[in-house]
Amino acid sequence: MNTPLLSRPVDRRDFLKFTGLAGGGFALAFYIRSGGDAAAAASAASASADFSPNAFVRITTAGKVTIVSKQPEMGQGVKTSLPMIIAEQLEVPFKDIAIEQGDFDLNKYGNQGAGGSNSTPNNYDNFHLVGATVRTMLVDAAAQTWGVPASECRAEKATVVHRSGKKLTYGQLATKAATLPVPEKSAVTLKQPKDFKLLGTRVAQYDTPAIVTGTPLFGIDVKLPGMLYAVYEKCPAFGGKVVSANLDQIKTLPGVKDAFILAGNDKLKELVPGVAIIADSTWSAMSARKQLKIVWDEGKVATESWDGFVAQATAKAAQPGARVLRKDGDPDAALAGAAKVVEANYIYPFISHANLEPQNTTAHWNDGVMEIWSPTQIPSIGTGMVNRVLGIPPEKIILHLNRAGGGFGRRIGADYLIEAAAIAQKVNAPVKLTWSREDDMKHDQYRPGGLHFLKGGIDAKGKIVAWKNHFFTFGEGGSPGSGGSLSADEFPGRWIANYQADQTMFDTGWPMGPWRAPGSCVFPWVFHSFIDELAHAGGRDPLELRLEILGDKDEMPAGTPPGGGKAKGGGAPYNVARMRNVLKFAAEKAGWGQKKFAKGSGAGLAFHFSHRGYFAQVAEVTVTKDGELKVDRFVTGADIGAQVVNLSGAENQVEGSVLDGLCVLKSQEINIERGRVVQGNFNDYPLMRITEAPAKVETYFLSTNYPTTGLGEPALPPVAPAICNAIFAATGKRIRQMPLSRIDLRWS
Amino acid sequence: MPKYTLQVNGQSRSVDVAADTPLLWVLRDHLELVGTKFGCGIGQCGACTIHVNGVPSRSCMTPVSTVGRMKITTIEGLAADATKLHPVQQAWSELDVAQCGYCQAGQIMTAAALLKDNPKPTDEDIDGAMAGNLCRCGTYMRIRAGIKLAATLTPVTGGAQ
Repeated sequence: MNTPLLSRPVDRRDFLKFTGLAGGGFALAFYIRSGGDAAAAASAASASADFSPNAFVRITTAGKVTIVSKQPEMGQGVKTSLPMIIAEQLEVPFKDIAIEQGDFDLNKYGNQGAGGSNSTPNNYDNFHLVGATVRTMLVDAAAQTWGVPASECRAEKATVVHRSGKKLTYGQLATKAATLPVPEKSAVTLKQPKDFKLLGTRVAQYDTPAIVTGTPLFGIDVKLPGMLYAVYEKCPAFGGKVVSANLDQIKTLPGVKDAFILAGNDKLKELVPGVAIIADSTWSAMSARKQLKIVWDEGKVATESWDGFVAQATAKAAQPGARVLRKDGDPDAALAGAAKVVEANYIYPFISHANLEPQNTTAHWNDGVMEIWSPTQIPSIGTGMVNRVLGIPPEKIILHLNRAGGGFGRRIGADYLIEAAAIAQKVNAPVKLTWSREDDMKHDQYRPGGLHFLKGGIDAKGKIVAWKNHFFTFGEGGSPGSGGSLSADEFPGRWIANYQADQTMFDTGWPMGPWRAPGSCVFPWVFHSFIDELAHAGGRDPLELRLEILGDKDEMPAGTPPGGGKAKGGGAPYNVARMRNVLKFAAEKAGWGQKKFAKGSGAGLAFHFSHRGYFAQVAEVTVTKDGELKVDRFVTGADIGAQVVNLSGAENQVEGSVLDGLCVLKSQEINIERGRVVQGNFNDYPLMRITEAPAKVETYFLSTNYPTTGLGEPALPPVAPAICNAIFAATGKRIRQMPLSRIDLRWS
Repeated sequence: MPKYTLQVNGQSRSVDVAADTPLLWVLRDHLELVGTKFGCGIGQCGACTIHVNGVPSRSCMTPVSTVGRMKITTIEGLAADATKLHPVQQAWSELDVAQCGYCQAGQIMTAAALLKDNPKPTDEDIDGAMAGNLCRCGTYMRIRAGIKLAATLTPVTGGAQ
């Protein structure tokens, strides 16, 4: 039975808000200060003192416990892991809890964006408090019912038990609990980690039964009564506009209900101009699309090509960069005085996100209300765009969050959502927009490519004494694309006495967006590969040299040059002790330096700190004589703080990151010619297949006394350099270009 | 438009669609069976895998007009009865194979067909059989483990084929 929720006024000093359930039971909306302690280090400046709603729990008189999951789920597992935190404190067996995906509702839930591996750290402490507070109220309700002190009662398995043995279930207590005042935070006792029974165990995703039986779940599965189906064709060249289209002919085709042009709003990542076809089925719309004849005004971007920019970068490499991001000491003098100088150029291409579920959104424009169903990572971006571009007030926009078939940062963009809403505004019915695979690959918001021209100097002992980099990046509208801006503090900046990083940007008309661990998904590949080059040039062990670079200090504040001095900014404080420890931990788990490899096999390592997580990884690879790469073993050491929430989900995120990093390294490349993407589908943009997956992927978590952090991203950055360093150890071939499909790995 | 009567998950289902309509879209848009997924449309990813007369097939490349009275099984009809999961589905649940889950219906259908032909597959057999099914999230190690676990569960009886 659906029990509508009746709100009643509450004291704003309370951090809990009651709502009574019609027919008994109670529901609690939790108002907790946003941000939270865990986020304080990284986002103190943006922390708000306002109270904002944060989570939602319902307990019916029948004892049914429902937790609403406010964060979008895209495979990162938050719909399971975050409710686990509440369940742990609430003392309800996880199998007995129902989890509902919350709609987008700022007033009810506060921030619902899933990105930056922030869902766990931003909610972790609050959710403990949420669960513990509800438990406290249920215990109080039982104590009052029995006329005994609450201290004589305890909660277990959705029941409150008195020391005499008397018991009342949460269902029996729900109505009474709903009448109680919300306890102050100080009156709530948090269950301590040593008593955790659920957190840290392996729990299968809540949606597993639906996933394995094909139950409707994803955005693309949405079906509404009377729903029509849309496709949308955009100019192959970025920024191109529709001049004309054979709409009259298209409208006569079987199943077609309408066809029209959308002019767009002149923003590359918002409503892009195109032609919409509305039909009675997806296939009718796709079939009609094949008959489309569109005259495009391709615009100026159609002159821009990747190869052209690469040639320009190569020509300008020796010149000073457009910006000096950081300069410590005297790198030129140090290079001149170095015992050995190594020069190397690294290049990586643009890549696509390639979510397996193509972009889609269903929208219904009805009586001035835009109701939307979408697989989105940051719902407020989509609703903001609908408000801005279509002029619909926020209170007239309803957004339901569907499970997304992969995120990887792509669904932070809301271009597909605004397209669906703009189309729906012209259609007198609910309409589902489905992108083709080719739409997805040719109209992504890409991870920018880049080129690094590096010089490193070592002294007679192999110590790194100088480092210079001229980095060429890509931007749009005058700013580097997401992840395309090198931080002045990017490792090994801050650690090398004579260090310079210059950056030159090519301004393009190409859409770019966040791709899993923006920036971190490429910079460590370059820098940990180059450190490896310097290690080998100096006859040093790659692990030992890295420990020497990290040094003895336990903390490296943001923006600090080596030896102190004025802050340069741009980075995060770096807990060097954590990195050292996790590096040694991973090396020990992998048995670094203890194995003898035959020619063609070898090990490599790398580390990286990003998204509040400290990661070190060791790859063991074999390259066959005919150049086939096999990852025999891949070891991850991870420090994500004190508590792994869901061990199964955590391991899955690390394993997925390892395979993602390997996949990108091996084969992924978006080439842009004349302002348009060359690749179109998995035949020319191959994803990794099971035959290429490593034989063994091992994940080890090093528990430390730091706040629990997220796992969607930080395991990815060291993957590619660890593998490339292993390839060098195996074959003597240094990989300075991605993807490997462009490299001849054969040896004899 | 022509009318087709299809044998889907043990039921007779009629649809009026164009002859070239891929079975994928018949299932998804006309028969309310959305477990079969659209990934690429060119038979590259395997998200749309179904069984046609027990053989794993790409429904995105199978025009409805070519199916006739062949027996179609989708993920919704894989389990022999509604109350009991197929061993592959059981194993997937036990090992928490999925990440985003979008490819998994296709993976499960291919794995179920593999186990029917080869109840005790080696690692090589598994990689060979599963090579046509892409997983963007990188669950391949768990897919291997899932198939091995499924091989130890109740023998595959075949569902509504």
